[in-house]
Amino acid sequence: MTVAEIFESMEWGPAPESRAEADAWLDRHGRSFGHYIGGTRGKPGKTFDTVNPATGEVLAQVTQGTDADVTAAVKAARKAQKGWAATSDHDRAKVLYAIARGLQKHARLLAVLEVLDTGKPIREARDIDVALAARHFYHHAGHAELRAELMPDAEPWGVCGQIVPWNFPLLMLAWKIAPALAMGNTVVLKPAEWTPLTALAFADICDGAGVPPGVINIVTGDGETGAALTAAQIDKLAFTGSTEVGRILRRATAGREMGLTLELGGKSPYVVFEDADIDGAVEGLVDAIWFNGGQVCCAGSRLLVQEGIAEDFLTRLKTRMARIRVGDPLDKSVDMGALVHADHKAHVEAILTRTTGTITRGEAPEGCYLPPILVTDLHSADPLMQQEVFGPVLAAMTFRTPAEAVQLANDTPYGLAASVWSQDIDMALDTAPRIRAGVIWVNGANMLDAAAPFGGMRESGFGREGGVAGLAAYVRPVQGANLTALKVYDDPKGVTPAMDRTAKMFIGGKQARPDGGYTRAVIGPKGRVGEVGIANRKDLRNAVEAAHAAKSWSGSTGHLRAQILYYLAENLSAREAEFDARLTAQTGSKGETSEAIRHLFRWAAWADKNDGRTLGVPMGGLALALNTPMGVVGAFAPEEAPLTGLVQIIGAALATGNRLVVAAPETAPLTATDLYQVLETSDVPAGVVNILTGDHAELAAQMAGHRDIDAVWSFSSADISAVIEREAAGDLKRTWVNNGRTRDWSSGDTAPWRAASTDVQTIWIPFGV
Amino acid sequence: MSNTELPRNDGLAFDPAVVEAVRVNTPASQRRAASLPARRSLKKDHQAAWLARAISMIDLTTLSGDDTPGRVKRLCAKALQPVRPDLLEAIGLPDLTTGAICVYHEMVPVAVEAVRGRIPVAAVSTGFPAGLSPFDLRLAEIERSVAEGATEIDIVISRRHVLTGNWAALYDETAQMRAACGPAHMKAILATGELGTLKNVMKASMVTMMAGSDFIKTSTGKEAVNATLPVSLTMMRAIRTYEAMSGFKVGYKPAGGVSKAKDAVTYLALLKEELGDRWLRPDLFRFGASSLLGDIERQLEHHVTGRYSASYRHAVG
Repeated sequence: MTVAEIFESMEWGPAPESRAEADAWLDRHGRSFGHYIGGTRGKPGKTFDTVNPATGEVLAQVTQGTDADVTAAVKAARKAQKGWAATSDHDRAKVLYAIARGLQKHARLLAVLEVLDTGKPIREARDIDVALAARHFYHHAGHAELRAELMPDAEPWGVCGQIVPWNFPLLMLAWKIAPALAMGNTVVLKPAEWTPLTALAFADICDGAGVPPGVINIVTGDGETGAALTAAQIDKLAFTGSTEVGRILRRATAGREMGLTLELGGKSPYVVFEDADIDGAVEGLVDAIWFNGGQVCCAGSRLLVQEGIAEDFLTRLKTRMARIRVGDPLDKSVDMGALVHADHKAHVEAILTRTTGTITRGEAPEGCYLPPILVTDLHSADPLMQQEVFGPVLAAMTFRTPAEAVQLANDTPYGLAASVWSQDIDMALDTAPRIRAGVIWVNGANMLDAAAPFGGMRESGFGREGGVAGLAAYVRPVQGANLTALKVYDDPKGVTPAMDRTAKMFIGGKQARPDGGYTRAVIGPKGRVGEVGIANRKDLRNAVEAAHAAKSWSGSTGHLRAQILYYLAENLSAREAEFDARLTAQTGSKGETSEAIRHLFRWAAWADKNDGRTLGVPMGGLALALNTPMGVVGAFAPEEAPLTGLVQIIGAALATGNRLVVAAPETAPLTATDLYQVLETSDVPAGVVNILTGDHAELAAQMAGHRDIDAVWSFSSADISAVIEREAAGDLKRTWVNNGRTRDWSSGDTAPWRAASTDVQTIWIPFGV
Repeated sequence: MSNTELPRNDGLAFDPAVVEAVRVNTPASQRRAASLPARRSLKKDHQAAWLARAISMIDLTTLSGDDTPGRVKRLCAKALQPVRPDLLEAIGLPDLTTGAICVYHEMVPVAVEAVRGRIPVAAVSTGFPAGLSPFDLRLAEIERSVAEGATEIDIVISRRHVLTGNWAALYDETAQMRAACGPAHMKAILATGELGTLKNVMKASMVTMMAGSDFIKTSTGKEAVNATLPVSLTMMRAIRTYEAMSGFKVGYKPAGGVSKAKDAVTYLALLKEELGDRWLRPDLFRFGASSLLGDIERQLEHHVTGRYSASYRHAVG
């Protein structure tokens, strides 16, 4: 076309980014790569192709990591770890800073490689992937420098296995490696099978940045390599990927006393109220669901729009969709590139065949491309409203009221992200935190920054990446000594207390007989002390229902919770002698009541002080990290500190706004059942604390498998840590287990309790006039 | 726009609900505006064609106290021959002119004579730039300019009506000015730099369109802040909303602040994205600019010769 013709047509023209440097880099490596282990690039082993999805061309050969490769990498990481952890914070900060600078210096090469390997548009690779990866290392150079101030006494896990996905290969690498290194860990990272190239290029940057050999190791391969890494002698595993694989990893790591963080799938709601800036919200959807072709875990894939504006909104949305340019990802003016792989395109299309909704498509070229797709006329049970598609498919539904918007938004097992659009500050700020998701954007979408914790609730996984909250994923909790065997007393037959007393359980503020109708005797050193019911799965079910009914507790003020905990302490104090005597009668140990009261005071003190943070993100407005209660916590009380342990559990759970179902210590259940009289007189609302008595081993799988419990803690002497972690894979609930170890129950360190009691919810509130 | 096949905007009855429905989220608008330049890039022939298109939509403007007939004649000559003939030949657009010439009332006869009907003459009017002269005089000023041959009138609105939320007064004032324009097309200057918020910009846009403006325009060029991308985005979205309500296409004119060829391309890219190809014509879009042309000339010479240019290689306007 001539200039004069274009002058008439005013078409977009090609604006290609050169791939010459990337090709030259691939050629320099002979287009064939081994692993990067112990600071050296190995020779290629058995290889597979990595392909440019936009063209189908083979870019390079990459080595399939074997068990032996993984073992060698873990060994190299292990060898390097002590020295790296012993390196001064400042020297570690310098290495991270050098990596950040290295990423910037090679930004264009990395961006083009990312485009070639993933099919994502160059604008995104350049302005988002590589820019945010560099930002992540800068931010964590700071965390390395400040480690001793921010995380005093924290020990690194040691060797971390890290598995990253194909949608943001370099950025997810940065999210994994930067915090691990900052806290003194060494890593073995496996990039995704389809997109290994930028991780391999990153090895060059490590060499240039003075990363000591073995601190960063990169092993390429498919899922089998990932399985080998999971099974290897690593201390912590961090994974970003599908919920399905997340469950497998939860089971594979259960009982190994390992750290585990999972960033999994999502079906994130995008809520538009009638008082929203409609054009702004339409444009926001381009960032929400058509960013990286919707191949984004936090993609806003469920549009919930208020019924009164739905028609207008969808009309404007369709107009906008028609202007989205899909095509050559190396073109600077392309909005959506290729999907990552032909198999993935087929997967997305297969899901589309199962919907009953009405499909509207934009334009896309032939090949491994999909246009922006909108599906309307849907109901909540449609697969598109339930399943993660991981493609450019937006499912739309309407709602009537704010309450219904929240209900629909939360009608999913996922809980990764959400957007809320409204120009009414009350509407926006009231709705945002009520959505169960780790990241909420008010009048925005897909805002990401190294200072802002990112991660899921529910089946979107656990652990945070970014900010101070993200550092916690890379430090090892304090380890106690092994628990010793319980002392069990013989039952002196025929000796009974003066009057028969069979303590009932405490469910929903009422005393409840065991559903199964069975009881057992409580035997102390001087004989029978009483009898307690034996809880079964139905008692657990009832207790969980009661805890859910008490949900207003989670919305109560810190001041109210503090008052009640103080009152609890006061009433316990009044019965100190009785509680001490009761404990001695059951276990022979001395009383713990004064210690328990001290704990209650500490938790009452924390109730209105467990503040979140405001985050230093590069944005006009506020980004907040809120400490939100888990919801319903199930817990097994310790035997080694029956009353102080129980009170720690109750104090921590209640102070942070959780409701609790707690299994009493097996050896001193009457201490727990006595406590319900104190709870009743202390204005603890019905259902906030529910107490079961029974066999921990019997209840563990039930509690961890219960889909309406948000977290399970175990301090039990029973060997239930592994079963809890394994059963928790079903809904990926949070677990905190003792792995058969004691803890210091007199310790005043509340930090691990507060971390276990709350999920960080990051809320982005851009504002400005 | 004097040469257009489009039906003129007849306006709509004043409807306060339209004003009340306006919602603008400023950070989201800023994000859209900030990301656009990185999302759309024009290279080589396409860049040259788009820059030529930009020239065809410039209201080449002089609005200074020291304007003289000689200065205005020279500017008119530049408007008719905006780029060196050899360069225009090279890109195959030998007859390229700017969209119009824009002057004060006193210079209208000079300009009308100088452009010989090849391009429209626009006059700024109604007590430009503050718009605070007596209302009857403002209307009379419009009529005088039209009588002297101006076919486009750039009026200024009373900012106080916006700042006090007196939308009915803004509507009445604008409608009377539109009536005074008669056959001449009216561009309503909102002075967006003085309206305080994007929300006010959109409300003022809606009201002046309901009152029958043929174009809405950002600025007089005399405010501290003139055309910006977020303001342009807001006004373009208002135009789109108004078209959906009324069926009328209203033009858009950013003025002041667009002085680089690259910026001009960004504005046109935003226009194409938000309003579509039909707006990429002088009957629906103008740049109010004086120094933009010089930068585009240099870029076009670079396009033709492959060598970066110097300003003295192009005729002064």
